[in-house]
Amino acid sequence: MMTRHTLKVLAEAPYEPAALQRGYTGQTLYVNVSDGCITARPVSVNMRETFIGGRGFDLWLLWHGIRDTTQWDDPENEIVIASGPCGGTTQYPGSGKSIAAAISPLTGIPIDSNAGGHFGPYLKFAGWDAIEVQGIAEQEVIILINAPAGKVQILAAPDDCPTNTHLLGHWLNEQLAETEEDRKLMAFVSAGHGSEHTLMGCLNFSLYDRKRKDLRYKQAGRGGIGTVLRHKRVKALVVRTHPFGGDANRPADLNRIAMTGADMHREVARWDPVQNRMRSRGTSFLVQIMDDYDLLPVKNFQYGSHPETPKINGEIWEKRYTQHMPDGCWFGCTVACAHAVDNYKLQTGPYAGSCVIVDGPEYETIAGVGSNCGIFEPEVILEINFYCDTYGIDTISFGTGMAFVMECFEAGVLTREMTGGLDLAFGNANSALEALHQMAAGEGFGKILGQGIRRMKPIFAESFGIDRQFLDDIGMEAKGLEFSEYVTKESLAQQGGYGLANKGPQHDEAWLIFMDQVNNQLPTFEDKAEALHYFPMWRTWFGLCGFCKLPWNDVVDPKNATTDEPTKIPHHVANYVEIYNGVTGAEATADDLIRMSERVYNFQRIFNIRMGHGLRDHDAIPYRSVGPVTAAEYASRQERYDRQLVDWLGLDPATMTMEEKLARHRVTRTDRYEKLIDAVYARRGWTSQGIPMLQTVRDLGIDYPEVLEVIQKHL
Amino acid sequence: MITINQRDRVAWHAGMTVAELLATMAYTYPQIIVSIDGVLVPYDTYDQTPIPDESDVRVIHLMAGG
Repeated sequence: MMTRHTLKVLAEAPYEPAALQRGYTGQTLYVNVSDGCITARPVSVNMRETFIGGRGFDLWLLWHGIRDTTQWDDPENEIVIASGPCGGTTQYPGSGKSIAAAISPLTGIPIDSNAGGHFGPYLKFAGWDAIEVQGIAEQEVIILINAPAGKVQILAAPDDCPTNTHLLGHWLNEQLAETEEDRKLMAFVSAGHGSEHTLMGCLNFSLYDRKRKDLRYKQAGRGGIGTVLRHKRVKALVVRTHPFGGDANRPADLNRIAMTGADMHREVARWDPVQNRMRSRGTSFLVQIMDDYDLLPVKNFQYGSHPETPKINGEIWEKRYTQHMPDGCWFGCTVACAHAVDNYKLQTGPYAGSCVIVDGPEYETIAGVGSNCGIFEPEVILEINFYCDTYGIDTISFGTGMAFVMECFEAGVLTREMTGGLDLAFGNANSALEALHQMAAGEGFGKILGQGIRRMKPIFAESFGIDRQFLDDIGMEAKGLEFSEYVTKESLAQQGGYGLANKGPQHDEAWLIFMDQVNNQLPTFEDKAEALHYFPMWRTWFGLCGFCKLPWNDVVDPKNATTDEPTKIPHHVANYVEIYNGVTGAEATADDLIRMSERVYNFQRIFNIRMGHGLRDHDAIPYRSVGPVTAAEYASRQERYDRQLVDWLGLDPATMTMEEKLARHRVTRTDRYEKLIDAVYARRGWTSQGIPMLQTVRDLGIDYPEVLEVIQKHL
Repeated sequence: MITINQRDRVAWHAGMTVAELLATMAYTYPQIIVSIDGVLVPYDTYDQTPIPDESDVRVIHLMAGG
């Protein structure tokens, strides 16, 4: 039995939970763990109309919370979390997302990262549209937002309060939840020891699984926000809300939402079983598809497929997921892709022998810590998945970082002497796990690995004498963030999707590989630029409102084929217009939704510039994402690459050496990327250096003096 | 020969169906829209729909990523 504590109150502020109206509470919560300041801040009309919610609120609040020179570990850096006006809706699938933001330890610019789980919606139900956490506490603390008690508290975390999430969750339940009902109405955000010792810490967002009667976690993985949380000495943000029903978000027109939702639920029930099977396989269905189209990252993105992929594809995971029923991360989501493996017995590390729930694994984790590291063992993927989550380490940055290290090791430039004895050849699962445990402990080679690829490169070059050009070519990071798990060599549009993404190379901004590479729907630079305008804006909108994007495109009635623009899935776009209007009482059009995103997206770009990292040079990507770096890589797809020399350049590959072929590909592909950037900047209303033009900023209505001050320095 | 997505040339044979073409191309993604010379092919007739020689075949994958 755990000791039940009376937790010491370090600071406290009473509050009357604001009534939700049309998706908003009209106030945000500010908590400073340095000085104990706890205060409510009103949501202005401008903030609501221009920034909408979610990622928009996060960025607006963060902008005003920090200075131009703020570093990730400065006290004024903030963690901001918001859902959005539609977050907490239970009538339409995927309407419970939370979006977190902070100045990233990896990139030095704002990072936004979304997660399922209950925290964001519960925060709104408890009376707050967003929470800002600033400062660095003198001791370990827990922030408790307690709506039933009408108070916000900063509590001292006692010495026996765990840090790693799976233990902390049970501890919090014991300390703060009297009954089963309490557990259902409580949600929290936490990280782990790995967040303390690496720059790639993730946030875990809890949900109480009523079927399992246990806690589960979804991750806001990208960019190291967990690292920021632990640097602030915050163990957890906890919210308790009142019992709620299906109208908790107080929409303007519940019937309008319910009707739209009912149509979508029928569509999911009819088509998911014969399409992506999200309800039975979740995103793991993608593994085999990506392999089939030569897009699955294998061995640090060198290759796109592998004969052993069937060992880790969706068919395997469907058998491993234990409940064999749809698993949602928010109430009312019929897409229900959030599967888990119960009673997994850990084989390594500090919890070896314990039986745990492993959330997922999802596609990005399977591809990142699996195929990209040459690991095709489901048990190992589960083990890494669990430990990354409980340690608070992003599985994508871990996987892509480990793949980079493994390629250096296989190339013979990184040796056992340099890794502290670890044999980090591709596929060496034991060493990968040992490195992960070292990362969490801040020990050995794991400490270097935890710094991320951008910081590993100079360490490897200067301390180990490894060729810097090789490291720059194969190190799959941009802006300091590790790439997510798709091979982009044959999709110029997706190279732009990654390179131009505001936060760094994460796929949630644009995923154009099939439109470009397979469908050939974007043959010109202008076509690609148009897609790199519309789709990032459309996908940004989900994060403004608290939506998951998967129900938009992962199950689709075939009637969509008869529409003018099937790749946009117009009838789902119309659904979102209905839900947004039904919640907020607005009468927005589909074009208005894009306009909402354009404001926030351009604001984020200018935020990057303000922090010194938002210009053209910062949109550069490693050559591994553009074309073949090594002779072995070229040889593996020689027919394709040789044909391209003929088709693109009129060359005769038979007369060329490998070095000549690689060189011609590099010049050609790099030049195409630069031309793409020119086209995209022009479409977005940016200068050739990637700065939003004055007219663009004025047209969008974000021409605030402090915004103009940033861009005028560069124009 | 037939043309796929205005780019790839694929050998044709008499009796070639849409389903056969998708298998040949290893187009395994389940959400696909197919048209032949501008005419949409209903998704439930791929097995029976023949592809004429010299057709302009469009195979649009409705994949937009995670």
